[in-house]
Amino acid sequence: MTPGAFEYHRPNTVEEALALIERFGDEGKVLAGGHSLVPMMKLRLAEPAHLIDINAVGGLRGIRGEAGAIVIGAATTQSEILNSGMLLEKCPILPEAAAQIADPQVRNCGTIGGNCANGDPGNDDPAIMMVLDASYVLRGPIGERQVSARKFYQGVYTTALEENELLIEIRIPAPAKGAGMAYRKLKRKVGDYAIAAAAAVLSMSGGRCTDAAIAITNVGDTALFVPAAANALQGTPVDATAIAAAAQAVMAAAEPVEDLRGTVEYRTAMAGQMTRQAIASALSRAVGS
Amino acid sequence: MASQKISLTINGEPVEAEVEARTLLIHFLREERRLTGPHIGCETSHCGACTVDLNGKSVKACTVFAVQADGGDVLTVEGLAKGAELHPLQEGFVEHHGLQCGYCTPGMLTRAYRLLQENPNPSDEEIRMGISGNLCRCTGYQNIVKAIRYAADKINQAEGAEG
Repeated sequence: MTPGAFEYHRPNTVEEALALIERFGDEGKVLAGGHSLVPMMKLRLAEPAHLIDINAVGGLRGIRGEAGAIVIGAATTQSEILNSGMLLEKCPILPEAAAQIADPQVRNCGTIGGNCANGDPGNDDPAIMMVLDASYVLRGPIGERQVSARKFYQGVYTTALEENELLIEIRIPAPAKGAGMAYRKLKRKVGDYAIAAAAAVLSMSGGRCTDAAIAITNVGDTALFVPAAANALQGTPVDATAIAAAAQAVMAAAEPVEDLRGTVEYRTAMAGQMTRQAIASALSRAVGS
Repeated sequence: MASQKISLTINGEPVEAEVEARTLLIHFLREERRLTGPHIGCETSHCGACTVDLNGKSVKACTVFAVQADGGDVLTVEGLAKGAELHPLQEGFVEHHGLQCGYCTPGMLTRAYRLLQENPNPSDEEIRMGISGNLCRCTGYQNIVKAIRYAADKINQAEGAEG
């Protein structure tokens, strides 16, 4: 399996990359980790005439703390997320999810920017960015704009990213002190996309939930942010009744298709089950519960 | 067809070559360089038979283009032994029957090599996580884990003796 012929470009700066993206339009594709794109090219489902490799672009890689925010460069690999002591301390849901994405070799290549911007409903990071209320910094020829992860996804492989834009970095508001967070993913084997998965973040005070966010993976055309599930937890002690109500809200929102991973009924039920587990785990990690 | 020059290091030797942009690293290694240790299994980045080291990290050579290795440092299974002296990992696979058909073995060895560089004394659980991107359809993995454990112990003892 060899991809179709293309011309290879390796820009060194964001400006050079943007110029190439603008110049080649829909004839060009950005190569980051390549583990979604290259398999598609081998199957000739993608046949770009120009490949723009952003791996040599300076400044797109790394994790840094800013006042009130965590900023992750788009070309940061899943291995770097998994091994980040800073994320383990300040935003542990990201390394927890990275461990459930693909396998060691693929994580060495695959990037968080690719996972977020690709638009495949099977990608795990979109649901996590939704619960963290992250924003994507998109740069185009006329400047930069930020789009909330909660508003970025429009359909299968359809996002708010314009053809001439590049995802530069992801900005995550620093999670509230004492917040508990968890990602639970049911999959058939290492490297598989989720049958269903759920991300949960919640804050507790005096035994009551003061803030919550829930999102689910691969049971719809995009990751789904489910405010009704979070509302079911707000103000409650996050007891069995509240968790059951949140899982119900998730199952009502889920719209999976039947495929090799299971029937609609099974995948809907598993979205509920992953939600219950994610909430229970987040609760056990939250201070003040 | 536009081809381009690349220069890289393979198993310690400098190499210059001309490749088409679409040439995958695995095809370059096997067909141009005749390094047939790295195998082609699934060709879809699942099985790990094509695993090599690129710039000190394990990658699946079926999903990386040769042009991406320009300026880089590649290690294949051919680079593990020192002449007739097997690497402790290769010795471990012999001692502990870490293979049956052998198809996955080159990928297992190069992956385990990098795993032990990153984590010289892994637990069995960490070994299993570390090779989770390498499929073996024969052994059931038990003996592969034992072989890697053997190599880790042997390397650590040798280093302890030197230190």
